[in-house]
Amino acid sequence: MLKQIEGSRAVAEAVALCRPEVICAYPISPQTHIVEGLGELVKAGTLTPCEFINVESEFAAMSVAIGASAAGGRTYTATASQGLLFMCEAVYNASGLGLPIVMTVANRAIGAPINIWNDHSDSMSQRDSGWLQLFAESNQEALDMHIQAFKLGEELSMPVMVCMDGFILTHAYERADMPTQAEVDAFLPPYEPRQVLDPAEPVSIGAMVGPEAFMEVRYLAHAKQTMALERIPQIADEFAQRFGRRSGGLLSSYRCEDAETIVVALGSVVGTLQDAVDEMRDGGRKVGVLGIRSFRPFPLAAVRAALQGAQRVVVLEKSFSVGLGGVLSTDVRLALSGLLLHGYTVVAGLGGRAITKASLIRTLSQAMADQLPPLTFMDLDWGIVNRQLEREKATRRSGPIAENLLRDVGVVASKVH
Amino acid sequence: MLQIRIHGRGGQGVVTAAEMLSIAAFEQGRHAQAFPSFGSERTGAPVVAFCRFDDKEIRLREPVLAPDVLIVQDPTLLHQVDVFQGLKPDGYVLINSSRSLDEIGLADISARFRRERLTHVPATEIARAHLGRPLPNAALLGGFAALSGLVSLQAVSHAIGVKFSGRIAASNIAAAAEAFEFVRQEMQESAHAQAD
Repeated sequence: MLKQIEGSRAVAEAVALCRPEVICAYPISPQTHIVEGLGELVKAGTLTPCEFINVESEFAAMSVAIGASAAGGRTYTATASQGLLFMCEAVYNASGLGLPIVMTVANRAIGAPINIWNDHSDSMSQRDSGWLQLFAESNQEALDMHIQAFKLGEELSMPVMVCMDGFILTHAYERADMPTQAEVDAFLPPYEPRQVLDPAEPVSIGAMVGPEAFMEVRYLAHAKQTMALERIPQIADEFAQRFGRRSGGLLSSYRCEDAETIVVALGSVVGTLQDAVDEMRDGGRKVGVLGIRSFRPFPLAAVRAALQGAQRVVVLEKSFSVGLGGVLSTDVRLALSGLLLHGYTVVAGLGGRAITKASLIRTLSQAMADQLPPLTFMDLDWGIVNRQLEREKATRRSGPIAENLLRDVGVVASKVH
Repeated sequence: MLQIRIHGRGGQGVVTAAEMLSIAAFEQGRHAQAFPSFGSERTGAPVVAFCRFDDKEIRLREPVLAPDVLIVQDPTLLHQVDVFQGLKPDGYVLINSSRSLDEIGLADISARFRRERLTHVPATEIARAHLGRPLPNAALLGGFAALSGLVSLQAVSHAIGVKFSGRIAASNIAAAAEAFEFVRQEMQESAHAQAD
């Protein structure tokens, strides 16, 4: 049924349709509306049987999720930003133990400086945690991906993060097609655990493993993610057949067929990029967009196949590895090993800096003229950066950077973005 | 694509107004997107929310920089924020005020933009009469329906009913209807004045 609905609410309703038996979470913006929505559905008896557990921290949230999943329950949680960092040790344990928990990450920057706005620093920090990471481009896709994530995770016995842009998606009202309970039940079978804590058939889960088998356990996690590369497109196909729309899969490709320049990106910025590409195509520029929907596992072969016909690849990312540059770019370059392509990394939108179509078109035009530096920070305010560098050169006690820059900017409330 | 920007203060229901507008447009079969400016909102602080209507899927996620429609929920913002930033030459402007645009010092705005698309509505007074509280958002949406015809009063009333229930919904719907009527009459008078 079509609804005009907030992204968080749409995800809450979709998760409820997946019949989770345990939901535990600790509130943090911009994830809070999702678990509030689920809390209401549990309290109203709409989602039953399900235990909603309020916990005292994100570390506890993931720990409860691990216990619930090990006891055989379909388990869900959600977090963002410092919340994800705070649960980090347990995040690794969930994947190391092979427990198919589904977690929404409502992507938000990491402090300091503290910042509640969107970028991808949080989920990127858990890139190597062993969780699958799927990135939604719209609210429709976010809700569809959660339904697919339970199926995928449970088949492989691996946890899945569904990453959706905080505020930009979580707080946006837009049209979403909400499936029925019967449709979701037909798509997603009841959870059949590979391992379960059962008093009737006792096992222990979480053994200490020494050098004799640790590498093999790690390798098996990689083997499962490699299997996911096959299952993700199959599950997306099955979803399309049942629900009549395409969501998920490894990649989204837009006007890439004859493109000389292809922009690669993750998440909701793909939509703005598609609009930018349409405008540039109207002006005769051969440009396309490749969205990465499965970031872990990273589809090296599919990315290579999608990009190898282009002359130029621009990776636009809301994440940044300080001291190196792009994060997604590194993976894309691995996919392109041996191909002679011009490659550019554009870091954009950190801490909620608006990514405008005009800036994208300007940046892409520079890339197409091969006038873009290899690493670009889109719409960076060089004035305040240089002023701070000069201040540090002139004075030993130059003071806190964030406060200095805010003073230079004048912290205006009157700006729209 | 039609782009709307709503300026107000924390606690005035700015974000809810944008959400209700999107529900009204959806009710009329259109694609719509509403989102807040994502600040750490505090009561009284300047707040911005955005809404877009289109006849196809809306993929653009940037803030509304060049609005076709501007709704100002608190006229005291006019001295603090450049609310008219980027407004399209043929844009609509609706200001919550019991006084006309000329009376609140916006004569230059009246001259720069299309006179028949700029108006005011005493939304706070209307809200106070119906709700007993100075929450002008629903009334402004009724006024916007009359000013632009881009959504119907019926769709606005439906949207209010989606977001609120019971007495609160009913009093907001009544406020929207009164504001609709106020703006309709203002526009008729202004059209007659221009014809004379």
